[in-house]
Amino acid sequence: MQVTSQTFKSNASAALRDAALQRALKNLKAGFPGKRAAAIAKLPEFDALRAAGRDLKDHTLEHLDFYLERFEAKVIEQGGQVHWARDAAEARHIVLDICRAVAARRVTKGKSMISEEIGLNEFLETHGIQPVETDLGEYIIQLRHEYPSHIIAPAIHLNRDQVADAFHAHHGPYGFTERNEEPRALMNEARQVLRQQFLSADVGITGANFCVAETGATVIVTNEGNGDLTQTLPRVHIVLASLEKMVPTLEDVSTLLRLLIRSATGQEITVYTTFSSGPRRPDDLDGPEQFHVVLLDNGRSGMLGGEFQDMLRCIRCSACMNHCPVYGAIGGHAYGWVYPGPMGSVLTPQLIGIDAAGQLPNASTFCGRCEEVCPVHIPLPKMMRHWREREFEQHRSPAAIRFGLGAWAFFAKRPALYRIATRFGAWLLRRLGGREGRIKHLLLAGGWTAWRDLPTPQGQTFQQQWAARRGARS
Amino acid sequence: MNDAPSCPPNPRVGLFVTCLVDVFRPTVGFAAVKLLEDAGCTVEVPATQTCCGQPAYNSGDRADARELARQVIAAFEDFDYVVVPSGSCGGTLKQHYPPLFDGDPAWQARAERLSAKTFELVSFLTDVLGVERVTARYPGAVTYHDSCSGLRELGIKSQPRRLLATVADLDLREMAESEVCCGFGGTFCIKFPELSNRMVSEKVAHIQATEADTLLAGDLGCLLNMAGKLQRDGSAIQVRHVAEVLAGLTDAPAIGEPDRGDPPCK
Repeated sequence: MQVTSQTFKSNASAALRDAALQRALKNLKAGFPGKRAAAIAKLPEFDALRAAGRDLKDHTLEHLDFYLERFEAKVIEQGGQVHWARDAAEARHIVLDICRAVAARRVTKGKSMISEEIGLNEFLETHGIQPVETDLGEYIIQLRHEYPSHIIAPAIHLNRDQVADAFHAHHGPYGFTERNEEPRALMNEARQVLRQQFLSADVGITGANFCVAETGATVIVTNEGNGDLTQTLPRVHIVLASLEKMVPTLEDVSTLLRLLIRSATGQEITVYTTFSSGPRRPDDLDGPEQFHVVLLDNGRSGMLGGEFQDMLRCIRCSACMNHCPVYGAIGGHAYGWVYPGPMGSVLTPQLIGIDAAGQLPNASTFCGRCEEVCPVHIPLPKMMRHWREREFEQHRSPAAIRFGLGAWAFFAKRPALYRIATRFGAWLLRRLGGREGRIKHLLLAGGWTAWRDLPTPQGQTFQQQWAARRGARS
Repeated sequence: MNDAPSCPPNPRVGLFVTCLVDVFRPTVGFAAVKLLEDAGCTVEVPATQTCCGQPAYNSGDRADARELARQVIAAFEDFDYVVVPSGSCGGTLKQHYPPLFDGDPAWQARAERLSAKTFELVSFLTDVLGVERVTARYPGAVTYHDSCSGLRELGIKSQPRRLLATVADLDLREMAESEVCCGFGGTFCIKFPELSNRMVSEKVAHIQATEADTLLAGDLGCLLNMAGKLQRDGSAIQVRHVAEVLAGLTDAPAIGEPDRGDPPCK
């Protein structure tokens, strides 16, 4: 996919003016935060669970090599295969080779952000293999040639009429010639079209919410059941997972599931929680003949032991973006790559570079709501600040900002000069404001006064008045 | 009153005025002094203070942030307490100074000592001094915005509401989403003005929906932002720092309001 994070600021402007998007975003804000809050209110031990979740993810990351090898051994023991992918290109080729070995023409897919990260769909298409997304949201955006705007609700940027248009444009060949806008009818339409795809697919690809080192199982949580059909019907099941999806035991999965689902959709548990352990055994009624797990690094091992390691605790619940006032204003596409919102603002610079993604960690007021709701206590603002530090050290911050900061710091570090400068500044601003008490247009502060007035200082600085008062007292 | 046993009867308090209060709203500084003196504190205002360094810190400029932190620590470390009429600047001193000196144990120890005795003004009055009521009167309906740093870094939520409840004739009306950011964000409002405008527009809509005549908060940055937006929209809602109302210092025009007396600069 085309990266547009470089133009975040203009993407955001366009998003603010996109009436359909703004309509859709209202639903997001009205939905997720309230559902999460209600679910957590019913779970008194939620804070203890968060601490446990953080600690078990930290423990796993500290011993990641051990758990990765243990997981691999267990998968092999059950007749599956593990493929190690250093980067996106390696992962794509591994998947292509597996598909080619079985002469696959059609691949069904459960929802996977790793698939988005490695740009799998476009790649398979250019090699003559048809990928079919089977998660309803993913399916809708595939029809529209878009990418997800949210990590668990990929089509959250769309309204019902847009979905109706997409189905009407594509479902004629399947016998659906009437344009339908009723949600249940739209769902039935998708179900019937997708059923034909499920039954004719050669390979099924899913993601993984967790990889269990103890048992060699991978776990997905879904509400539509499409994941199960994707992975049990075709001959081959490929799981795409990144390294940090590892957890030591099934007990740990249970801890993280309780955190993940409540933080994500506000459910206590999803409709389906599916564990996949190797290919079909002789006495199994169904299941794939081959079971492959592709374990993707793509820059993550470089985060271990450094100031961004905590980010690898992320369990992709989306609570940070659901509560982020910036994400809520512009949606996910403005961020310009796969992962939007606060978690994306930390992860994206690591995965595609600070050159392309430098604006993202700056696009935060550090209001701290993301960290407040994170189920594994990731200090997201702190890590965005770390990216700003890298940017500053490498002289990448915008020249005007650097100049302004430099001038301010020069005075702030010299209290006597600072007092003179602030006296003058207060006097000048007050003069510019006149009797009004506020300024409507101020040179060099156009970003402020384009949208709001600037209240002027009251008069003399506090320090001036305090010194005068002290003088009067003594 | 967790810290009561270690609290001397007449504590010497260093007031960290904050750069915005110093320049834009000295009344907040005097309100803080009055509240502290009424509660039995001796208040001093070191002349060598400038800014806590947060703009540098949040812009990734650790070197300047550290230098300013050293300046603040040196100016304030001899006081019994350091009190700040801002959750944002208070949070910087209390939460961010110690990790700023990772790898510098001597300064980190000093930063930690400063952190332990630094408090935001309203939480200092209630949580440390045990102040339960004020003597002020403010006739009118007010609504209160929870500024992000005070709320999430320092746990300030009930303290201002408890004291406001004791202000005579004051009617507190909660706004929807009082805990959502107003869009100020320091340099954020300069770097991303359109986003900032969207956020403050939503905030202002929630404020106006309460039909309160006064907006209060504990951070001048947020207050300047919200006042500027309300006034650009032609709203008559008055905007003040919560300390002004608690101290009864509400004679001065509200933030961004025209002077009622003679213009002092012309």
